[in-house]
Amino acid sequence: MEKLIDIGKYIEIGINALEENFSGLWGAIDNLISWTVDSINSVFLILPFYVIIALVTIGAYYAKAGKKAFTKEGAGKAAGMTAFVILGLLLVWAMGYWKEAIQTTTLVIVSTVIALILGIPLGIWSARSNMANAIIRPILDLMQTMPAFVYLIPAIFFFSVGNTPGVIATVIFSLPPAVRLTSLGIRNVPSDVIEAGYAFGATEKQILFKIQLPLAKTTILAGINQVILLALSMVVIASMVGAKGLGSIVYQGIQQNNIAKGFEAGLGIVVLAIILDRITQSIAKK
Amino acid sequence: MSDKRKTKIHVENLTLIFGKRKQEALKLLQQGISKDEILKRTKCTIGVNNANLEIKEGEIFVIMGLSGSGKSTLIRCLNRLNDPTSGKVFIDDFDITRESNKELLETRRTKMSMVFQKFGLLPHRTILENAAFGLEIRGEEKESREKKAIHALETVGLQGYEAQFPSELSGGMQQRVGLARALANDPEVLLMDEAFSALDPLIKSDMQDELLQIQNKLHKTIVFITHDLDEAIKIGDRIAIMKDGVVEQIGTAEDILTNPASEYVEAFVEKVDRKSIITAETLMFKKNTVVEINKEGPKGVLRKMRAVGLDILPVEDDSKKFLGYVWVHDVLKLEKAKETTIEKALKTEVPSVYKNYTVEEMLPLITGIRYPVAVVDEDSGRLLGIVSQTSLIIEATRYEMDEVMELKEKANEI
Repeated sequence: MEKLIDIGKYIEIGINALEENFSGLWGAIDNLISWTVDSINSVFLILPFYVIIALVTIGAYYAKAGKKAFTKEGAGKAAGMTAFVILGLLLVWAMGYWKEAIQTTTLVIVSTVIALILGIPLGIWSARSNMANAIIRPILDLMQTMPAFVYLIPAIFFFSVGNTPGVIATVIFSLPPAVRLTSLGIRNVPSDVIEAGYAFGATEKQILFKIQLPLAKTTILAGINQVILLALSMVVIASMVGAKGLGSIVYQGIQQNNIAKGFEAGLGIVVLAIILDRITQSIAKK
Repeated sequence: MSDKRKTKIHVENLTLIFGKRKQEALKLLQQGISKDEILKRTKCTIGVNNANLEIKEGEIFVIMGLSGSGKSTLIRCLNRLNDPTSGKVFIDDFDITRESNKELLETRRTKMSMVFQKFGLLPHRTILENAAFGLEIRGEEKESREKKAIHALETVGLQGYEAQFPSELSGGMQQRVGLARALANDPEVLLMDEAFSALDPLIKSDMQDELLQIQNKLHKTIVFITHDLDEAIKIGDRIAIMKDGVVEQIGTAEDILTNPASEYVEAFVEKVDRKSIITAETLMFKKNTVVEINKEGPKGVLRKMRAVGLDILPVEDDSKKFLGYVWVHDVLKLEKAKETTIEKALKTEVPSVYKNYTVEEMLPLITGIRYPVAVVDEDSGRLLGIVSQTSLIIEATRYEMDEVMELKEKANEI
């Protein structure tokens, strides 16, 4: 069928204009993200693998056991998770993908931090203003349903191949739950508590920081957990635009028709996913 | 007596309309168009319709009405959690409806505290932190606010619970925290919105007693919202009854029970146990024919009795002090004996009360005797009025007049 309307063309024109007119900005963003990713990577890779495993294990144990960390009860509660962290990370190391796992984790960390810096304020805004909510929601729907490959194309266009377009695509993909769950958490704070706050003369800022955010904490942390997992699932796709890590091994496996390679890298991603998920969930539950 | 006190809160022609076309609805309302019609034309509902209140310093003022009567909306106009559409609210002499945001925050932080039906406590904070919340909001240092909060918690009987969380406390205790939070601010005005309505009846009664005790010590101005007339009567110095956003009547519990201003109020007060509210002052007959003991002899007394058709009359001395009663048959005997004074006929062991005695307190006095109850002035001992046995029994039993007369006749026959 003949095209009656050519939206794609207009989007292309728009993106071209953005690229040409703000090239300095894109360059700066590219430099900042590349530098951050490389720095974190190099720090993690300087440390011997067993130090990192030990640190992650201690972190996971504290996250799970909490205040009971030094009691028998706490030890019992966190034993399963601690064992999984040690064995899982050793497996990744033993398979020979330690460096890639670190690279993937770094991408997840950087993307998550950016997604939260953008997403939580947007969530707060959309919770407090119905107008903002009406604008933000359809954009989030678009970000979540648009196939991820589609915005990889302009990402390369702006930043060429490498880690930066990977991070940007990951941020776009993983941002929605941060916004949505922050907004949901704040909207679900009982109105009588808010009213009590106003009755005692609280300012909007005090209402937000002393009542809404603390009461929405659990929901916001659930959102953070979602952001991390979505980011992890996206870095595999991001490897198609040159992001390094376990994803690129999977990608190589597909291209070389190498079943062994693909599965090993996939298993590494699963281990990372489970560890990140359990740690963030344990924090959220407290 | 309440008139002597200073007016603390003055609500003047206050109207609050919910909806988008408020001004249009307000005009219609002022033209006297009905609520339903206004809803139909403008999709606006009337929360409060032209309310006028004068709340005195140090009184417990109860606003009572069923749900949807506008009472909660009205109390929220006092601290502007709801913004009135028209009218004024004066706290002391400041019109709170004209206050800037900054002034309003200051008023809420220092002058008025509110207690809520659903408590409104912060679940992530300890009892102590909750009680100190209002002080924290207004920026007090941790040490001083915790000191005040601990004191407030002691006032409501919650010492020892400081480190616990709201979810670990029962409903009644949670509301004590709510009350402590309000008291910690040391406000001039306490707004209590159905504060005890969510509590079990026994706990509720405890809390009411506690509030009255606290009020005896602190003398705050308290505006208390409730849908429970018994509660209103128990704690209210004065009561305003609201219906459909309109204040139907304002008065003491007794005013409202004895003189309901409308059928609505009447229907409301019908079920109330009047025995503990109606006082001698309301029931007494004031313009009594009396006998002065040193001036009148038996003949004169008999003439008076014939004139008013009574067989018993109260007796006073020169200074109008109440002495007792004389019965017609005793006076007749004295007349036959040609006595010149009625001193020998005087019965002094008779029931007498002060004017604030209630029906409940008077009933035991008339068992086994046939005297009416004399109401005397507390200081001078002068007779203020007489409460007949019949009217006491009517009040106590809510029987009709003729039923009581019949019962009395039967009792006399026995």
